[in-house]
Parts: sequence; structure tokens; C-alpha cells
Amino acid sequence: MADLVKVGFEEEAVHRPTDTLQGPIVVGQVLSLVKEPQSNGKTINWCQVRVVPEGQQQTLTGEGIDPSGVQGIICGAHNFVEGDKVVVTLPGAVLPGDFRISARKTYGHLSAGMIASVRELGIGDDHDGILVLSRIGLDPEIGTDAMELLGLYDQAAEINVTPDRGYAFSIRGVAREYAHATGTPFTDPASKVTAPAELSGGFDIKLNDDAPIYGNAGCDRFVARTVRGVDATKPTPPWMVSRLRLAGIRSISLPVDISNYVMLELGQPTHCYDLDTLTGGIVVRRAAQGEKITTLDDKERTLDAEDLLITDGSGAIGIAGVMGGAATEVSDATTNILVESAHFDEVSIARSRRRHKLPSEASKRFERGVDWYVAPVAAQRVVDLLVELAGGTADAEGTDVGTAPDSVTVDLPATFASERIGIDFTEEQILTSLRDLGADVRTTDDGYAVTAPSWRTDLETKEDLSEEIARLVGYDKIPATLPVAPPGRGLTRVQQQRRRLVQALADAGLTEVLAYPFVSKAANDTFGTPVAGADRKALKLANPISEEQGFLRTSILPGLIEVAKRNHSRGFRDLALYETGLVFLPGETLGTASIPPLGARPAEEVLDGLFDGVPDQPLHLAAVLTGHDSPAAPAHTPRAWDYADALDIARLAGDVLGVELVVSQGSHQAFHPGRAAQLALRTGEVIGYAGELHPKLLAAHDMPARSVALELNADALFEAAADVIVARPISGYPVATQDVALVVAADVPAGDVLEALREGAGDLLEEVSLFDVYAGKGIEDGKKSLAFNLRFRADDRTLTADEASAARDLAVAAAHERFGAVQR
Amino acid sequence: MTDTLPGAAVPNPLDEAAINAAVEQAVAAIAAASTLEELKAARLAHTGEKSALSLANREIGGLLKDQKAAAGKLMGASRGRINKALADRTAELEAENDARILVEETVDVTAAPRRRRAGARHPLSTLQDRVADIFVGMGWEIAEGPEVESEWFNFDALNFKPDHPAREMQDTFFVEPPEAHLLMRTHTSPVQVRSMLEREVPIYVLCPGKVFRTDELDATHTPVFHQFEGLAIDKKLSMADLRGTLEHFARQMFGDEAQIRLRPNYFPFTEPSAELDIWHPGAKGGPRWIEWGGCGMVNPNVLRAAGIDPDVYSGFAFGMGIERTLMFRNEVGDMRDMIEGDVRFSEHFGMEI
Repeated sequence: MADLVKVGFEEEAVHRPTDTLQGPIVVGQVLSLVKEPQSNGKTINWCQVRVVPEGQQQTLTGEGIDPSGVQGIICGAHNFVEGDKVVVTLPGAVLPGDFRISARKTYGHLSAGMIASVRELGIGDDHDGILVLSRIGLDPEIGTDAMELLGLYDQAAEINVTPDRGYAFSIRGVAREYAHATGTPFTDPASKVTAPAELSGGFDIKLNDDAPIYGNAGCDRFVARTVRGVDATKPTPPWMVSRLRLAGIRSISLPVDISNYVMLELGQPTHCYDLDTLTGGIVVRRAAQGEKITTLDDKERTLDAEDLLITDGSGAIGIAGVMGGAATEVSDATTNILVESAHFDEVSIARSRRRHKLPSEASKRFERGVDWYVAPVAAQRVVDLLVELAGGTADAEGTDVGTAPDSVTVDLPATFASERIGIDFTEEQILTSLRDLGADVRTTDDGYAVTAPSWRTDLETKEDLSEEIARLVGYDKIPATLPVAPPGRGLTRVQQQRRRLVQALADAGLTEVLAYPFVSKAANDTFGTPVAGADRKALKLANPISEEQGFLRTSILPGLIEVAKRNHSRGFRDLALYETGLVFLPGETLGTASIPPLGARPAEEVLDGLFDGVPDQPLHLAAVLTGHDSPAAPAHTPRAWDYADALDIARLAGDVLGVELVVSQGSHQAFHPGRAAQLALRTGEVIGYAGELHPKLLAAHDMPARSVALELNADALFEAAADVIVARPISGYPVATQDVALVVAADVPAGDVLEALREGAGDLLEEVSLFDVYAGKGIEDGKKSLAFNLRFRADDRTLTADEASAARDLAVAAAHERFGAVQR
Repeated sequence: MTDTLPGAAVPNPLDEAAINAAVEQAVAAIAAASTLEELKAARLAHTGEKSALSLANREIGGLLKDQKAAAGKLMGASRGRINKALADRTAELEAENDARILVEETVDVTAAPRRRRAGARHPLSTLQDRVADIFVGMGWEIAEGPEVESEWFNFDALNFKPDHPAREMQDTFFVEPPEAHLLMRTHTSPVQVRSMLEREVPIYVLCPGKVFRTDELDATHTPVFHQFEGLAIDKKLSMADLRGTLEHFARQMFGDEAQIRLRPNYFPFTEPSAELDIWHPGAKGGPRWIEWGGCGMVNPNVLRAAGIDPDVYSGFAFGMGIERTLMFRNEVGDMRDMIEGDVRFSEHFGMEI
């Protein structure tokens, strides 16, 4: 089975009943049955069961095996009588669930074995009682290996079929692939069925599709056959039940089982109607909008005008190719059967199946493509099996209506496959591969004319054929050559900037995390906009994993806070987490009303529309810090993170990219109203916030008090970075420093005063920094004193003390003018 | 030292034996000093104004002229010996003192505080960079795109037919309203389409990034994960070029012994298509092939969607999961570890993978 991997079928599992079921399990006959009422109100049966034909020796040995060939067994079920043939699990047998059978004392007897039910054998759900073989139509010799009898030595390989290969949903298709993979000779099971060349005079079928999808008729073939006088109650033979079960299909009734079995064998779904419940002829047509049908699963479904229906005089009797109707299904009372074997349009079936959420074995095959030509063969096979197993008689008449699809011939240039695959295929390899697939191949002047077999509707192009040739010759034969790309540009500037940013934060001691972008509406409304009460415009998912987190993030912080909380709950309180990721900011235009078809470059304006419809998704950087900056240690007191740490990290982000962040007192609903910094570019564009998170928010999120955070638009930073940094001359002249202490109103931001000094001081100022803030004794109430250090230097001379003082005075004058600053 | 005390007999500056005896006494006292303070006391005792030698020196003035020279010479030599002894001992004691201070300043380095946090990258992010570097080294470009995409870029341009089961198998997150045809990209292939639309052929690009599928988070699935997809469009590219590129890449990632295997598969955007397996000699439970990703030759319909003539150009494409790569390369046993953001996970990797 591993061989199938070579031709493209992944092995998923092997199903072997013997993995959980081991003998000895044999056919026994109940010789005697004595009912023994018990004190607990139950009645048990004390049975003598013959497990070796009379007159023969018991050849099995082992503890609990009676050499006489008759086992004494206690059984609690009552659905059998003396003389019944049953399945006996003898001591030493193992049943599913690692249930080991042994002789044991119970109810005052030595019970040496068990009379089994289908459920105990792991082959069915029926636990009404034990399995009486006559009821499934069997009368085997006593002592027969029951596992053999019930097909329990059968095995099934489960493979993964890719969606292009509908034909491989059948033994017919897989056997051919197995032959490709191993070289084993292949006989098409369809060739072993003899169907009449033509059918006429049968049941009245009309194909009446007035609304084909993409111009393809919903039904382009309908074969109908009739079988009369069947006994629908006859049991399905164990070999068929076993094979169906291994394919994951439950045994329902003989006619339904036959229909399913033929589908597994040939890949053609068929349907059996109770002929006597049909009214008039069958018409295949589209539904009327709102029309109703009760399907086999007893659910009433409202139909769409696009649904393709099987109808009779009474109305809808089935959703074509998806599920039959309840009114016309085969029952135990059915004696006359109409067999449908039809070919439906893939798209029509796929849409109906999706619309009604009705994935079925039939729809799975129709959606992926069924061989148009196999319909009458499958119908014949169903008829044959109904005659053979259900005792019916086939009508000679039948119906076969529809139109054969045009066969497509693909031109395969002689060297195309070799060039595309990189193997020099010989003509023989090409011809053999394609013919093995069942294709008709003619050599032409410049290559091959290939007509794909009817079951391979996926082979439409020369590329498809190249794959088949490569697949059959073997992908392992493909050599390795390394193509050389043209000289490259390396990472783009933005890619380099992003790397620098991401790495810088890790280097600064933060831990990178990657949270999901799914958030609640409340999270977006809180973190995604500075103003409380605003309804943050955000993208909503149509099918989120959880409705609670149904929106796409407009801020990274909600995810980071979740991650922080998870770490807290795991005992990590001191955290410095960051994430860079996209946020989703829908604008006015959202998507496009339609999308262009595949296989062609859309017109420029259509492309522009597609590009414009995709919402803005800038890269954001965010960090959350909780607890302390370092672990406690001898002679070291850890410092609690505070707003300045958040601001520092934001500035670091700017620094590593060479972008100055303009900091001002900020206001953002997620932050402490007095401890938030607004971050802007020199242009005035606000690109983020940093500071202490709002105490109420922290409490609501069960986060430690005083946790701090920052978030900024990294793309805006990248864009603001200079393309080329122009060098600044380094002056060799001495520095002249001046300190000033300025008294201003307490609510004047120091940063603004500093900015005024900078602007007032002129070109001689090299640097200005704040080194002290003081309020209290000696300073008027409501005022504060700010101490600045000013460094002056000229490019071309040593500054005199007067020059430096004059520049300082200009600086102070500017601060006075703007903020009423007075020198102390 | 008693004979150096004030009031002791003053030696005659011409009495060489007496002077020498005084010098010997001084040198002995200097040598005996065990601290700088004792040394100072010895110096004062033997060279101070009241010391025997100073007093003897003072006697020289009263000597006869012809005796002065001899006495001066004797006394000069004596001073020289004592000064040298003083200097030597001073140096010795200072060195001892310095050494003692350093010993006293000893700390227990094993009890040092860790003041600076060691940060960490997320290993998925580090691995993504490493993959990109390998391809940049081969002359490829790195391309990125939006995570919320137009359906056309994610499906139609990649030859997913509107009603084909392959489209559904992508388990797509759709964005409301459905009429806007927006979705969360299910693979980074839309970036390939954008690259083809924006660039001139030949094209060699790698598209790493986040992708989304409607899977519940468990040990092996996550609704948000990362991929890197490569695309090469050039004249006469074949599946052998695809294999060579993947082999080269695998060896850069996993060492020279790395082997790859291609198996037939199906993707709407490639024809032929293949599943890519990598041989993992160090796999838990023994060496085996591990599914790594998908690849194939770019379907002509995809080239047409970007306006590239499939009769002139051909191309190959491949895609692998970064989580999956990390799982088998670095033995991450549970997908959730990569998602939950537990700091232990990233910090264990630090800046490396």
C-alpha cells in the first residue's frame, strides 16, 4: 500500500479488524438452553453449544476448551433458541476493547466462552441480542471460522485523494493507480459487467434544465433500469457488509447496500427508488425558489432555484446527486425498484451540497467528476446484484437519455514534458505512460495528440499530461539543477528597518511574542482609538473561531495583555513583552463588488480597484511591561517599571531608525490620564502613545497596578527615516556651558520650555538638557523651577563668555515670551 | 634599639666600626618594620635629628680639616645604605598594603545581581529571518503583502475555480460583508500574484508571512500560522530547477546531509504539483521522511492572471510552514507553545534558533 504514495496517494491509515479481534471465534450450534431465574430478577440461559461437527474431534486445545467439542456457556440474551447457529468466542479469543475471553465461574456454572452479538464483535451497533446466523441468511457448518465467514480478515487502506482525482474514489480508480505504482496487471472491473449496448422502452425520464450553470446542463445522462419482485428484507451477505464497513459505510438494507457497494466499486453513485411510489415519469429540472422536499434523513428542506431536482408527478423526490427524498425511498415492503444511474454537473452538485450542508458519498464523487460512460455499467451492476441477491427479475427495457460530452484532444509537443519536468523522456516512456492511464495517443508531426480517458476529466492541458508522465515514470527520477537568479538587491530598506526595530527591542531586554489578531469589539473600541465612547471602525469576520473574538485588531495591545495575563497565571509577574504585527484599519472602500475571472490579467482599472479595496494594514509595534525590571538579588533593589520605561522604549524605536519622536502630554482612554505621552513625528503626525495604562482598565483586566505600555505605527517610523543621513561637521573649538533655572507655572510641560530655549538660543546651541525640577520652599505656590544645562559651541572660533551669555539670554527670552518663564 | 635612644653615646664619626654598628642597627630596625607606621618610627629613630648617626654627623664640624673628608665619606656611605634600605622597605610595605586592600575588596561573584534583562526573539520570527537570508544569498528578493486580501488574489488569480472543492479545503476566514470579497489570506501565494503583477520577469521572490485557516488551536493546528513561499519565473525553468533549489535550501537549513523527496500531489496553482518531504535522520522515534510542504510548476493560468505569457516563461513555486519547520527542526512538541506567548518558550531560544 505504501506503493500508492509514489503515484500521489498519501496513506492515512490501515484498517484491520484483526488488530482488535482475535480467534478462536467459530460457528456453534445451541444444543440446549436452560432458563435459570436469578435472585436479582434476571433470567440467564445455561447453554450447551456444539462448536465441532458431531463425530469430529476438537482440534483446539487450551484452557477452557472442552475436548468433547461442546462448550457450556452462560448467556444473558434471549433472542435465540435451541438449534440456532451462533458465533462463539472461545476461551483465548480477544474482542475489541481488549476483552479477553476465558472460562470463568458465574451463576453457579463454568462458562467457557461467549455467544457474541455484532456489537461485541465490533462489527455493528446492534446490541439487542446475539447474532443468529440464520437471520443474516447463513447456514454454515458447525466449527467454521466465524471471522472468515464474516469477512473479518479483510483489510482496508485509507488514502487521501486529492480533489482533482474523482475517479480514485472507487476501487476501479485505485486499482488502476496501484497497477501504475507496482506494474501489477490491471483489469477494469467495469469490463466485467455486460450492459446492453442500447436501452429503450424503459421508464419515462426527461432532462429539463432551463437554467444551466456556466452553460453546463445539470444532468447530461440519466440511465434508469427496473427490477421487479425483489425481497428487500433479504440480508446483505457478510462479505458485502464487511467491505462496506471497511469503507466507512453502514449496512442499511440490501438494495441500499448494493447501490453503495457499486459506488465503491465503480465510482458511480446510484439511487434505488421504490418504483411503486413514483407518480408518472421522472423529470430532472431546477427547483422553483422556495420549493420544499423532505430528504432521506427526514428533514424538510427549502430549495433554491439553482438546486437541481429529481421530480415526479408528485413533485421533488430528490436533490440530484446529493440526497434522495423520503417519500420514494426503498423500504422493507418494496418489491419493484427503479435504479437511477445519472451524471450530474460538478458545480451544480457542489453548490447544492454547500447550500444544504449535505456532504454525502454521492455528492463527494459528483463534485469531483464521475466517468460519463460508466453510468449504464453501474446500473447494470446494481441490477445484476439485485437479481442475484434480492431475488428480483430485471426488465429488459431501460432508459438512457442525455448527451455525451465532447472528447477533448490535447496537443502535447514532443519535447514539452521533457522541458517542463527536466527529464529526457523517451517516446516509449511518453506513449506507455499515457496509454497506461487509458488515454488514446496518436503521434503527430510535432508530438502527440492525446485524448484523455473518460474518467480523467482533470486532464485538459499539456501541463496536466506532463504531470501524468512524470508521475508514472516517477518523481524520484527528476534530477536537481540550481537556477541562478539575476543579481539581487538584498533586503529592501523597509525590510532592514523592520529587522533592526524587532531586534533592537529584544536587545533592550524585551521578549517578543506573537498573539492572534482576533479581538472583541470592546477591545477595539478601547485600545483602537484615543477617544472614549467612539465606535472603532474595524473588520468583522463572517466566520470567526469564537464570536467573542470576532473582530480583527486595530491595536496590538489587547493581544499583548492577554499574553501578559497568561504569563501571570503561570507565575511570571515581571514581564517586558512586545509584538510587531499588522493592524487592520478599514477605510471608506471595502473590497470590490465583483472579482474578475481567473486565467487572465484584469484590466488596469479593475486591478486598481482590487488593490484599493484591500484595507490599510500598517505594521504596529507595541509593548507591555508589568512588575519590575529585574529580579531581586543581594545588594540590588529591582525597580518597578514606570511610564518613563514605556516612553524610553518608544524613543529607542525612534533612535534605532534615526527618527526623532516628539513627545507631548497625551490623552488616550486606555492610558492613565496624567501619565500618557503622545508620540508624534516632526511633521505633527501622531503615531502612537506610551505611558501607564489606565488604573481602571488594569483592574478590569486583572493586571498588576502601574503596568505600562506603548504602541506606535512602525510603518510611519520607517517612512519618516531619512534616506541618506548627511554628516554634520565636528567643531574642534571648546564648549561654553551655561546653566539656567527658570520659574514657570506648575502645569507648563518642561519639554515645551526646553523646546523654547532651543529655538531661542540660535545656532550656537549644541545641546540643551533638563537636569532638575524643583517646587517648594523658595518657589511661589503653583510654580516650579526648571534647571537646564545649555552647551554652546561655534564651528569657527572659541566662544567668548559674553557670546555664550548673549545666546543664553535669547533662549531665556524665548521661554519668557512663551511661558512667562522667569530666571531665578 | 635601646642604644639609639636619645642620650646614648654618640659615636665618633671617624670610628668606622662604631658607625657601621649604628648603620647595622638602623638597617635591622627598618627591616623589622612590618607596617608603614613602624617604618616611619624606625626612620625617625635612626635618621632623625636625635639619632646616633645625625649626632655623629654633627661632630664632623669639630674635626680637623684632614679628618673631615674621611668622616664625610664614611657618613655619606652610611646615609646611602640607610636610605636604600628605607626605600626598599617602603616599596615592599606599600605593595603588601595594596594587595591587602584588594583582598579585602573581594566579592562573591556568584551572588551578583542580574540587573539587565536578557531579551528574546520569538523563534518563529528568528527562523523566518534565517530562511529569508538563505534566499537573499541566492539573489532572491523578499516580498510581503497584506493579511486581509481580496478573494481574487487569494483564489481566482491562483486558478482556484469558484466552485472547486479545493477552494473549500482552504477553510477560509471571510471578512464581512461577503459581497466585498475580502478574506484573510489562507496562504502567502497572493503575494506571489502581487509580485508578478508588479515586477518584470525574470522573478525570483520569497514571500514569508502570516496566514489564516479556520482550524481550532490544538497540539498540531492553529488558526494563525506562518509560511514562506517561493516563486521563480524565468525562461525554461523545469521541475529539475525546482528540485535543485529546494535541495540547496534544505542543505542550508539542515546541513549537507539533508535529502528531499517529491511526491505527486494536487494544487490548483501548480501543474505538475508535488508534495515535498525532507529526510529527518534525527527524528524522534527514528529517521524518517517528514512532510514539509507543497510545490510544483506554476500553472499557466496563474501566469496568465499576471499577464505573463506561459508559452515564453515557465516557473516553479513552493511553500512550507514555519511552525512545522520549527516543530521538527527544534523538536517543539506542541503547537500551543508557539502561540501562547509563555515567556519561557521565547527566552529559551534567546536570539537564536
